[in-house]
Amino acid sequence: MSDYNFAYLDEQTKRMIRRAILKGVAVPGYQVPFASREMPMPYGWGTGGVQVTAACLTPDDRLKVIDQGADDTTNAVSIRKFFQRTAAVAVTEHTGAATLIQTRHRIPERPLIAGQILVYQVPIPEPLRFLEPRETETRRMHALEDYGLMHVKLYEDIARNGAIATSYAYPVKVEGRYVMDPSPIPKFDNPKLSGTPALQLFGAGREQRIYAIPPFTKVVSLDFEDYPFEATKAPHPCDLCGDEGSYLDEVITDDRGGRMFVCSDTDHCASRQAEGHGGRLSTQGDAA
Amino acid sequence: MTPDAMTGGFADAPVQSACGFRAILRALSQPGEIVAVAGVRPPAPLSAAAGTAALVLLDGTTPVHLAGPHACQSVRDWITFHTGAPLVEAEHAMFAFGSWDALLPVARFAIGTPEYPDRAATLIVEMDRLDSDGAVLRGPGIETTARLSLPELQAFKVNRALFPLGFDTLLACGDRLAGLPRSTIVEDV
Repeated sequence: MSDYNFAYLDEQTKRMIRRAILKGVAVPGYQVPFASREMPMPYGWGTGGVQVTAACLTPDDRLKVIDQGADDTTNAVSIRKFFQRTAAVAVTEHTGAATLIQTRHRIPERPLIAGQILVYQVPIPEPLRFLEPRETETRRMHALEDYGLMHVKLYEDIARNGAIATSYAYPVKVEGRYVMDPSPIPKFDNPKLSGTPALQLFGAGREQRIYAIPPFTKVVSLDFEDYPFEATKAPHPCDLCGDEGSYLDEVITDDRGGRMFVCSDTDHCASRQAEGHGGRLSTQGDAA
Repeated sequence: MTPDAMTGGFADAPVQSACGFRAILRALSQPGEIVAVAGVRPPAPLSAAAGTAALVLLDGTTPVHLAGPHACQSVRDWITFHTGAPLVEAEHAMFAFGSWDALLPVARFAIGTPEYPDRAATLIVEMDRLDSDGAVLRGPGIETTARLSLPELQAFKVNRALFPLGFDTLLACGDRLAGLPRSTIVEDV
């Protein structure tokens, strides 16, 4: 611990990141450029999220890190250990007990509360990037609020597939102004972006962008009147806790077509099992 | 530079600046919310809250404008010693400190460009009084409405009309701080 500055980054870097975060908060959904640093982990492992978390952490925080909803996967475990070592912060797996949650590609099932900060790891922050590769052009499109291309893309989805086929990183419009990439969260999570009492911060390390959604901000998933947005999930209950409403992972269990569906949010699933709920494959609880 | 300029800063910079930043972040992301900060003793007329904002946010890359009585030698020395921020005219400033009257006309501060709205100034306004009354605020960060004693309404209405351009404001009074980002809609009672 004493070998590192608090929360790893030097103070000059943290000031630069903090200024970018504040401008992001002032202009919800706008991607603020920042001088992303090399971190002791490869790009794609959450370097943007880690830098935002490092700039926000105080010694009083209780940190939770999740990867696709799970607290116990490699990415989550290594980032949690990183901050235990460099900032000596308390950690938790319980959503309700955390003050700062760094997440890769999920929003916890349990509703966030006032005072919590949710930090997203973002691979490609520019929602228009796959439609227009030039940064100069996408920047001008945001400046002119020219989002026709995105609607054409969603329309072509409908024309080809009969429905909007985008199922994750589903574009949203923030406070009626900026179209924003919510990071590759499943579109099931999109409604939770809007009106939450928690502060949401997004960090893209390789692409050097930070953006934010303040609490109680209106976030609308793009759609059409005749093809409204739908938050979809696998039409099953969780096989371990029986929850009908949570987002599920499909797990292949053998080579004869056997499979099970389990909550992607491990804390949510474990909490429900501890409360006595059970699913098709659980060894305890009501449905066992 | 007097020896006084070297006192009154952070004793434990990494931790105190982190706590100071979280207070500022809370204030700016929840307009109308008044937060308390502690641990910094800047020279008058700089308040403890404004001094904390200076130490948390300023460094050699952030041009600063000191307006009116804040341009006195003791504040200049203190800012220079603790942050190294270059002191500039209002038009070139990323941050500006002063009373509201001294900061006027606020139209001279940077509001960003359509391509880079983040290149806008942040005004840290010294207030005689900071309370949850007066103007009605709504917008991002506010569940329904909030109240805040603003120095005036018209300038903030004009600023909101520029959105996503515009300056951002921190209001400081003693050791208390409130935020008013450009996204906040300001209305009469």
